[in-house]
Amino acid sequence: MSIHRSTTERRATRILLILVALAFLAFFLLLPLIAVFGEALKQGIGGFANAVTDPDAQSAIRLTLMVAAISVPLNMVFGVAASWAISKYDFKGKSLLVTLIDLPFSVSPVVSGLIFVLLFGAQGYLGPWLADHGIRVIFAVPGILLATIFITFPFVARELIPLMQEQGRADEEAALSLGASGWQTFWRVTLPNIRWGLLYGVLLCNARAMGEFGAVSVVSGHIRGETNTMPLHVEILYNEYNFVGAFAVASLLALLALVTLVAKSVLEWRFDLHSGAKH
Amino acid sequence: MQRRPLITAIMATLVLGIAACSGSGGNKANSVQITNVSYDPTRELYQAINPAFATYWKHKTGQDVTFRMSHGGSGKQSRAIIDGLEADVATLALGYDIDAIAERAKLLPQDWQKALPDNSAPYTSTIVFLVRKGNPKGIRDWGDLVKPGVQVITPNPKTSGGARWNFLAAWVYGRKAGGSDAAAEAYVKRLFTQVPVLDSGARGSTTTFVERGIGDVLLAWENEAFLAEKELGAGKFEIVMPSISILAEPPVAVITANAKKHGTEEVAKAYLEYLYTPEAQTAIAHNFYRPRNPEVAAQFKKQFPDINLVTVDEAFGGWAKAQKQFFDDGGVFDRIYGK
Amino acid sequence: MTSLSLSRGRWRQPSVLPGFGLTFGVSVIWLSLIVLIPLATIFLRSAGMGWSDFVAAGFSDRALAAYRLSFGTAAAAGLVNVVFGLLIAWVLVRYSFPGKRVIGALVDLPFALPTAVAGIALTTIYAPSGWIGQFLDPLGVKVAFTPLGITIALIFIGLPFVVRSVEPVLADMGLEVEEAAATLGAGRAQTFFRIILPSILPALITGFAMAFARGVGEYGSVIFISGNMPGKTEIAPLLIVTQLEQYAYDGATAIATVMLVVSFAILLLLNGYQTLRRRRMGA
Repeated sequence: MSIHRSTTERRATRILLILVALAFLAFFLLLPLIAVFGEALKQGIGGFANAVTDPDAQSAIRLTLMVAAISVPLNMVFGVAASWAISKYDFKGKSLLVTLIDLPFSVSPVVSGLIFVLLFGAQGYLGPWLADHGIRVIFAVPGILLATIFITFPFVARELIPLMQEQGRADEEAALSLGASGWQTFWRVTLPNIRWGLLYGVLLCNARAMGEFGAVSVVSGHIRGETNTMPLHVEILYNEYNFVGAFAVASLLALLALVTLVAKSVLEWRFDLHSGAKH
Repeated sequence: MQRRPLITAIMATLVLGIAACSGSGGNKANSVQITNVSYDPTRELYQAINPAFATYWKHKTGQDVTFRMSHGGSGKQSRAIIDGLEADVATLALGYDIDAIAERAKLLPQDWQKALPDNSAPYTSTIVFLVRKGNPKGIRDWGDLVKPGVQVITPNPKTSGGARWNFLAAWVYGRKAGGSDAAAEAYVKRLFTQVPVLDSGARGSTTTFVERGIGDVLLAWENEAFLAEKELGAGKFEIVMPSISILAEPPVAVITANAKKHGTEEVAKAYLEYLYTPEAQTAIAHNFYRPRNPEVAAQFKKQFPDINLVTVDEAFGGWAKAQKQFFDDGGVFDRIYGK
Repeated sequence: MTSLSLSRGRWRQPSVLPGFGLTFGVSVIWLSLIVLIPLATIFLRSAGMGWSDFVAAGFSDRALAAYRLSFGTAAAAGLVNVVFGLLIAWVLVRYSFPGKRVIGALVDLPFALPTAVAGIALTTIYAPSGWIGQFLDPLGVKVAFTPLGITIALIFIGLPFVVRSVEPVLADMGLEVEEAAATLGAGRAQTFFRIILPSILPALITGFAMAFARGVGEYGSVIFISGNMPGKTEIAPLLIVTQLEQYAYDGATAIATVMLVVSFAILLLLNGYQTLRRRRMGA
């Protein structure tokens, strides 16, 4: 038992740390969340249901889910590829590559929207050509998609790079020397090792894809029922003094995120039960 | 060689995605669609007018009209049209924003404002004060706003069209009271020292005033003040009409190049002309904008008391000049916030 | 891709692991399409304006004040998040307590909540009449419409970056080393600072860098709580919007360029430091 105690803290310290962490979370995260749900339910469940079943809200929900369904898998494939290249090999310019991947984080959402307007807008570099060919990017769904992919670009890679670097490449090298092919090594060795990190990354990417406001706002055109995503719909409702509706849709977004995360936790927990002997 | 299929697949998804989403909606002969790009406070107004026009147009031509509405800050909406948002009509907060479309994107003639009666502004509004119930600080006119201890809420003129009207209305008062532009600047400078927060948009300011309970007086569009009172708390606020204010003329225009492309020129023009009919003018008055039609205006005389209103053209020689003098970088607004 | 395989030997150390060409190729192509080419337009646009115009727009007194505010509050919020983010990650990984899963899920809320909603919710709480603001106001502590309010909004926005960067690394770290340290007589604090902290430091720095970079550019949640007073609580992204309102795309891109270059330099520095450190440690 002495070994067990030596890798954790005294009970009092533990409780103190937990309390401090909880207090911080309560102030900075829980309180805003309560504010959102409180406002959403101000007029009871009825008001909430009305706001969520409104046709414009429905089309906003559909659009948001579609955008997430397209952008997340693309960034997932990219994220795995990039972190493999970065963590398993040594090459010059690696930190430059990592920094370039981080770049979308450091670009203001306002600017992220603006760059696509400068590129694809009617006065932009490619705008006239696109207009001649009848292709609409800005103020239509493709523009929203591009902006979302841009914003969520680094999430999966950023989650995986530190993890895979920490794990090193010994496992993969062992598998290869035992005669496994590259793909086999990836599926059987690497993927199980990174699965939780990957899942985190995908969930974060998904949450952010659904919640992005600034960049999407610039390229959407705000056409009701057509190019309004959920966050934009929230803004519209808020500006119509429909606070209950606005917070109802917002809480739906929060709920979507919470549900996916709880699902992840359950998955994780069940998996731990099956392979419990290992840990 | 394994990399080929994967990359191809990614590219194909991208291209297909873009292609699939960019197909334009079919234009059947017997139905037509108008995209109306408007500014924030007109949501309720066009929600009332659109179905009425649809009925009218169906009756007249047998054609079904549907609407795509887009609302946002006036300047932002104007930029969206310049950058390719395919509006058939623009119904914005100030002429300057439509001038910008004509000038930068050349989507409509420079003299667009002559296309419809009354400077192409079928409704007007002005800047009034919204105060708390019982008017505890005794605010009657512009002069009361700079009394010690009075907090004034207005949005940021740099980002909000409505705030520019507020600023100019205050300037008009300052110039009249003090007799010179220098006096006006001194007045406005003092006024802005009493402003605790500059929201980025008009509705943000309303929320600050109404929901957060900050400030003693909100400078607002007349229609917004009425709407805030109606939607957010009847009896909690009072509207104060100042002795002098500015005549806000939110203009409307057909974006001819887009309408031509969509084959909607005729219906778009009819839509805007419809705004001048007595039915539409009544709906306009019901939504707290001042109607242009004299008979309708007479009916709503109680709601819209006469106050001394000056236009931007009279007082400042037009929006382009006013924008440059007051709000562009290095203008008066920057100066009063400079050291 | 042939040129790639030719040059490979020179700039990349040989490895028995396959798939470098594929993964590196996918990364670079996707990166170029989504990030580099669109971002290049900003620089193209800035390059199109004269140097003096660029300086006038990008380095005016207003802009400098805004940069100071944006970078300062983002750094402050990032530091707070490093301390508390690490604590939260630690508690979530190492301890078990009731409601842990829900709490764990809560951490990602800032990603999911539209930033505008976050701004409104935070203002509801911290405005002088708000839930907490009403208790702070009599004490003379003003949160909403001051740099403190901006910092709080940025803490909210940045927290998940730190927690989620540290958490997987912490979870992946075996207890063996700690056990060894303990057997050799190290105290708990010693173990933490000598053993644990060094191995999670890269993740911690990553988290800080991301929270910082995100905070510098944040717009939606901040404008509600910042008050937007020129020179005092006016953040840099607001200046960009201000420029756009004047149809001054060049001015907007000038400010965007300055912000981008500074953020990029900071990120590059941090990432370079980490690569260096990793190499020195002989990983």
